Amino acid sequence: MTFSADRKPMIECRQVHKHYGDYHALRGIDLTIRAGEFFSLLGPSGCGKTTLLRTIAGFEEISSGVVLVDGKDMSNVPANVRPTNMVFQSYAIFPHLTVAQNVGFGLRRDPRSSAEKARAVEEALEMVGLKGYGKRAAHALSGGQRQRVALARALILKPKVLLLDEPLSALDRKMREQMQVELIKLQRQVGITFVLVTHDQEEALVMSDRIAVMFEGEIAQLAHPEALYARPASRRVADFIGLMNFLPVSITGESDAAVTADVPGFGRVDIPMSNVSRANPGDSGPSAGFRPEAMTLLGVNAPPAERETGGVIDEVVYYGDMTYYDVRLDGSDRPVRISMRNVFGRDIADVGTRTRVSWAPGSLVLFR
Amino acid sequence: MATRNAAEAAQGLRLVAPPLTYAVVMLAIPLLTILAYSFFKDGYLTVIREFTLENYRAVWADPIFHKIMTRSLLVAALVTLVTVLLAFPVAYFLSFVVPPSHKALWIFLITIPFWTSYLIRVFLWKVILGYNGVVNSGLKSIGLIDQPLSFLLYNTSSIVMTLAHAYAPFAILPIYVALEKIDRSLLEAGRDLGESRAMTFWRVTLPLAMPGVLAAVLIVFIPTIGDYVTPTLIGGGKIPMIANMIQSQMLDQDNRPMGSALAVTAMLIVAVLSVLFLLLNRRFLRVRQ
Amino acid sequence: MKGGGLRLYAMLYLLFLYAPILLLPVFAFNNATVIAFPLKGFTTEWFSQMVGNAALRKALTNSLVIAVSASILATCLGVFAARASTRFSFPGKGPAMGLIMLPLVLPEIIVAMSLLVVLLAVGVQLSVFTVIIGHTLICMPYAVAILSTAFSSLDKSLEEAAHDLGETKFSAFRLVILPLVMPGIISALLMCFTISLDEFIIAFFLAGNEPTLPTYIFSQLRFPKSIPVIMALGTILVLMSILLLATAEYFRRRGVARTGTQDTGGFL
Repeated sequence: MTFSADRKPMIECRQVHKHYGDYHALRGIDLTIRAGEFFSLLGPSGCGKTTLLRTIAGFEEISSGVVLVDGKDMSNVPANVRPTNMVFQSYAIFPHLTVAQNVGFGLRRDPRSSAEKARAVEEALEMVGLKGYGKRAAHALSGGQRQRVALARALILKPKVLLLDEPLSALDRKMREQMQVELIKLQRQVGITFVLVTHDQEEALVMSDRIAVMFEGEIAQLAHPEALYARPASRRVADFIGLMNFLPVSITGESDAAVTADVPGFGRVDIPMSNVSRANPGDSGPSAGFRPEAMTLLGVNAPPAERETGGVIDEVVYYGDMTYYDVRLDGSDRPVRISMRNVFGRDIADVGTRTRVSWAPGSLVLFR
Repeated sequence: MATRNAAEAAQGLRLVAPPLTYAVVMLAIPLLTILAYSFFKDGYLTVIREFTLENYRAVWADPIFHKIMTRSLLVAALVTLVTVLLAFPVAYFLSFVVPPSHKALWIFLITIPFWTSYLIRVFLWKVILGYNGVVNSGLKSIGLIDQPLSFLLYNTSSIVMTLAHAYAPFAILPIYVALEKIDRSLLEAGRDLGESRAMTFWRVTLPLAMPGVLAAVLIVFIPTIGDYVTPTLIGGGKIPMIANMIQSQMLDQDNRPMGSALAVTAMLIVAVLSVLFLLLNRRFLRVRQ
Repeated sequence: MKGGGLRLYAMLYLLFLYAPILLLPVFAFNNATVIAFPLKGFTTEWFSQMVGNAALRKALTNSLVIAVSASILATCLGVFAARASTRFSFPGKGPAMGLIMLPLVLPEIIVAMSLLVVLLAVGVQLSVFTVIIGHTLICMPYAVAILSTAFSSLDKSLEEAAHDLGETKFSAFRLVILPLVMPGIISALLMCFTISLDEFIIAFFLAGNEPTLPTYIFSQLRFPKSIPVIMALGTILVLMSILLLATAEYFRRRGVARTGTQDTGGFL
């Protein structure tokens, strides 16, 4: 799911600032989103991601900086003229209109005949899987259907950019997962640049070509999902994306290529420079982080692994497809969480038993 | 978002300008004029623009003012007490017993009399309570009394009765709204924690409904104090309240400064009482937050 | 049936509320000049007297002119105020809205007297027009209250969505906001009309020599022989009020159904 960087830029933000009175909502955003990209703005609530999306849409005026869409400066372009369309968090389906009237709302100034417009509406409805729903009253739709109407209503105008403001947050889990897949397919089908705002890191990882993680009005990291997950740029990003174990370490040496550190339970490890990131300002010292799936519990009879250590199982949490083990590694007093996919024929280990643990090279990230 | 930007504020101000201008010109300026008049001297048929506190001194020294103000306060307090006490069970019934689909209908039924000619309703009470009125003639025709009961009309209790009837919906609605807001699981929690139904009502429902009761009290008390029609019709002009006194000073005796001082004094008294009342009940209000 | 005692009490309470109104038609059709039991027999005499009464017709015309003008003015001003208060925040919003809503808690006698003093001081002739001024003032808070409910049940993003789909701010208002709050506007108009039609104090002090229905009724109450006609008139007025309010309620409910929100019921 990598994305080629040779496409032309569709959205460019240069030093975008936004103030609400004393509150500094966006602090110098520099960002390029490419044509046809599925791009996500990810962050906790209040990080400025929705504000950034709304400045692209034209609902918020920026305090300083430039926003370009398809190479054109958007400074004095109002929202109704911008080549962007939005799917609102609440979907904003007009309750006094039918589904077809909602979808065709933006075609009012379209010079085409009403028959052609009706056909366009029908096609748009079909595209989102609502064929034949045109005559229904909009306020009688379910959450998932509303969302599809909102999508059809925006896409019928063939915008250069589709902006999606937390479009899945109001749906239940099953529906959400289904819509994630549908949105990806839809985006590939229409080829339009999608910009998604979400606070759900899993959703961002599943759907995006690239993700910008935002904290307090700044972009903390902009990367492909795999890079973001495997090599978070800071401990704060690592905390926000998925689960990561952190162990305090002492740094013993440093070369151009790697940093050498004593990691409790792992011994002395060389961590390549590409895996060295920033610690949080408040951290007491450097720490090493690794994902739960970077370690494997070895069976008693398994052959010795290249990198192996041992520990005692503190806690077992069974999830059906997965089991999480909290293991106290030898030489460390803090349990780490290790995830194992459950396969037939492998027993779940018991609490209190000793276990052998192997770990993958390159899975450790140093935060200093 | 903490604050909107300046453009939004400007748009809001532009929008609010027409109604606000209207309210300033037709309400704020007249009220300020009254306030100014109350410090002016009265010349015969004119107002002398000279600062004086004489009007207020006269108002406070006037035994008739004391009597009428006391009566107005007493009547308003009684009306409020009666209205709120009678209204609470109805609001409770509306909120807890009436199924949701029928609530709008019940509220509609309760508000309808409120919107039908106040004057006629007040007058009807005179008809009902009068010397040859409905009650007396009815009682006489079924042989319960020989002579009409004269104590029914032209007294304070008939004024209270009439006003309590007129302001009933004012009391029901705020209490109903407060009761509606109560999370029903709180009541179940009260029962679950071992309280009887009555004690749950006393310890959970009532304190949570208190903001509504307070609103009801103020919403009934303030306008009843200033009522003009009821004392005129039901009191037969013999039991004037403060509104009648203001009107008489302003128009019949054409003493604008004195009438203004009366109006300002009455408003001040009501305002001070309302604030005192709210302060006394702070601990109930805190429940809402 | 749940809550038997309470239900009985509520019924009795309703009876208490309606008792005077129920007496209206009884005596309007009673063939006697004295309002007393026992009833004397059926007549439509009082209604025909009412129809033939020129002074009453004059009062009715005045009242209708006042009620129509005041309800339109108050609702228009109310739309501005409700929109400003639900959609925007601006400096001085609290005091501004407070002043606009103040007539709700101010005794009408105070409003009437202060307005009267100023109008006389400025030298304005008391007329139907001055009553319209006063009625607009006291109807406005009711219009604002009804319209604020209508405006605040609107999702702000509806307007943004229309804007996003190519409409200007103005056409977005016309195509989306206005149709959605139209039931509220109609219900505010009807409510203001009803209030103005029934209002006595301000009409009493600000109308000069022009009669309105309530002031006409008030002037007739002194004459016992006029009272049966007043009963007939009251019957008509009550029926009209109920009709207007039922229409207002119908539109309010339709507004609720249209936006698909929960019905919380009731005015105020």
